[in-house]
Amino acid sequence: MSVKRLHVMFDDDDVLLDAVKEIVKNKIYIYEVYCPFPVHGLDKAMKLKPTNISIATFIYGCIGFTVAVLMMYYIMIVDWPQDIGGKPSFTLIENIPSFVPIIFEMTVFFAAHLMVITFYMKSKLWPFKAAENPDPSTTDDKFLIDMESGSNLSKTKNMLKKMGAISIKEVKEQSEK
Amino acid sequence: MKDYKLSKQIKRFSLILIILGAIGIAFGFYSAPSNIDESKEILANMSQDDYGGEYVDDVHGGGYNQEFGYEALSHHYDHDKHVFYQLQNKPWAAIYVPALFFMMISLGVLAFYAIQRASQAGWSIVLYRLMEGVTGYLLPGSILVIIILVFSALKFNHLFIWMDPEVVAYDEIIRNKVGYLNIPFFFARAIIYITGWVLYRNITRRLSLKQDTNNDVSVHKKLFKFSAGFLVFFLISESMMSWDWIMSIDPHWFSTLFGWYVFAGMFVSGITTLALITIYLKSQDYLDFVNESHIHDLAKFMFGVSVFWAYLWFSQFMLIWYSNIPEEVTYFITRIEDYNLLFFGMVVLNLIFPLIVLMNSDFKKTNFIVILTGIVIVIGHYLDVYNMIMPSAVGDMWSFGATEIGGFLFFLGIFIYVVFKEISKAPIMVKGDPYVVESKTFQYYNLD
Repeated sequence: MSVKRLHVMFDDDDVLLDAVKEIVKNKIYIYEVYCPFPVHGLDKAMKLKPTNISIATFIYGCIGFTVAVLMMYYIMIVDWPQDIGGKPSFTLIENIPSFVPIIFEMTVFFAAHLMVITFYMKSKLWPFKAAENPDPSTTDDKFLIDMESGSNLSKTKNMLKKMGAISIKEVKEQSEK
Repeated sequence: MKDYKLSKQIKRFSLILIILGAIGIAFGFYSAPSNIDESKEILANMSQDDYGGEYVDDVHGGGYNQEFGYEALSHHYDHDKHVFYQLQNKPWAAIYVPALFFMMISLGVLAFYAIQRASQAGWSIVLYRLMEGVTGYLLPGSILVIIILVFSALKFNHLFIWMDPEVVAYDEIIRNKVGYLNIPFFFARAIIYITGWVLYRNITRRLSLKQDTNNDVSVHKKLFKFSAGFLVFFLISESMMSWDWIMSIDPHWFSTLFGWYVFAGMFVSGITTLALITIYLKSQDYLDFVNESHIHDLAKFMFGVSVFWAYLWFSQFMLIWYSNIPEEVTYFITRIEDYNLLFFGMVVLNLIFPLIVLMNSDFKKTNFIVILTGIVIVIGHYLDVYNMIMPSAVGDMWSFGATEIGGFLFFLGIFIYVVFKEISKAPIMVKGDPYVVESKTFQYYNLD
C-alpha cells in the first residue's frame, strides 16, 4: 500500500495543536501546517528547529548602530561642522548626546527592516508570488495539516477523526518541489 | 505547599545588618562637625590630601545661580558656613538616600501590584502574597522618611534650604515659590500621599485575605476598582512626592519629567526586588507553584523597565544639555564635574549591563543570572537616588564611607525584616482568585 498525502482540516487551534502532537508521536511526516494566525507552540509541537532570526536581528541592529555612528561622524564632524545653539561640533565624543536619538532610530530601522526582509526571504515570499496554501479557507478560520498518510491509511484516518478533524482529503501525490 | 515561617537566619541576618548600619550611622553623626570651627579643621585636614583649598563658586549644585545668586551672595554668603552646612548635611543625606530608596522600592511594588490587579493579569497571581509582603514596608518606610524630613524642618540639617527663612529672604526664586514650598503645606502633602498609599495597601490586603475564604467574584471586582482608582491617585501623588522630597532639595532647579524619571527608577528596583525575593523563597522550597515562566516574565519586566528608565534619564539629560540654560544646566554640571564616575557608572549599571545580559531569552529564566543582574540593578538604582540627593546636599564633599554604607545596611536590615515578617503573616499562595489556575499553569510558549 502506497503512502498517500492527506489534507486534514481543523477549526480550532487548540484541537489542531493536540492533533499535531499526536501525529508527531505516531512518527508520521508533516509537510506543512497552514494557519490563519500564528499558533503559539506549533513549532515546538512539530519539532521544528528553533529560529535564529533573533540573532540575525541583533547583528542587524549592531550594523545599524555602526552605520549611524559613522554617518553622524562624517556628516556632522568631518564634512560640515556647524555651531548649533552654541554647541560647536568638532569631536564626536563631545556631541554624542545629540546624536543618540539618531543612533537609536537607525539601530531600530536596520534591525526591523532587515529582519522583515530576512523573514520574507526565508519564507520564500516576494511580490506576485502565487499562494502555496492548498485551501483558501486557511486564510479565514480553518487550519490545515498537509501530511503523509503513514503506512496504515485507515488507522491514521481514525486517529485524525478522534483528534477532531472536520475533514480529511486524500490528494494525489505531487512531485515534491 | 507549606506556608512561610520567618526563619532564624533571616532574623539574625537583618539584626546584624541593622546593628552594623547603626554603628556606621553613629560614626557618621559623631564625625560630622557641630560648629564652624570643627568644619574648618576637617577641611584643613582634607586639603593636605587632595582638597586644594580652592573654592568653587557653585558648589551648592545650582543653589545659587548666575542671575540672582551673586546679588544674594553678597549679602550673606560665607564659604566656611556653606561647607559647614554641607558637612553637617552629610550623615543626614547618607541616611536620607537609603530611607527614600527602600521606601520607593516598596512603593514601586505597590504600583506594580495595582497594575496587575487593574489589568486583571493572569500570570502574576502566584506572586501576590510576595508583593503584599514588600508593600508591608511602605508604612514603616514612609514614617522613617517623614522623621528625617521633620528633623530637616527642625533645622537639624540643611538638606532643604528653602526651609530656612534666612535663605528664602535673600533668594528671589525661592521667594516666588513659597506658596508651594512652605513647611506646613509640605507636611500636609506628605501626609496625604502616605495616607492614600497605605490606605490602598491595607484595603487590598484585607480584601485579598478575605478572598482566601470566599470564592465570591465581587471581591475580585472590588479589588479591580480600588486598583484602577489608586493608579490615578498614585501617578499624581508619586510625581508630587518626587518634587517635594527630591527635587526641592535643589529649589532653583526643575524638570518636568522628573516624576516619571523617579517612577521608572522605583518601578524597576521594585520589580527587581520582587524577583530576588521570589528566587530566594523558591530556593527555600516555599514556592513550588512558581515556574520558570514566572521568573522569565519578571526578568522581562526588569529588562524593559531598565530601558524605559534609561530613556527618561537620557531625555531629561539631553534636553537640558542641549538647551544649556544656566538655571537648568547647573544640575548636570555639578553631577558631571564632581560625580563623574558615579553619574555615568550608574548608567552602565542600570542600562548597559541589564540590556546586554538580559537580552537573551534563556538568561531570563536562569535564576543565577537574574540574581546577578538584580543585585547590579538594585545597586545601580541606589546610586541613582544617591546622585539625586547628594550633589545638592553636600556638593563636592561626598564620599563613600562608613556612614553611607552603614545607612544602606541599616535600612536594608529593616526592609528585610519587615518584608519577610509580613510574608510570613499570610498563606503564601492566594486562594479564591478567579485566575489562580491560569497563573499556576502559566507557561510562556517559547520556553522549553
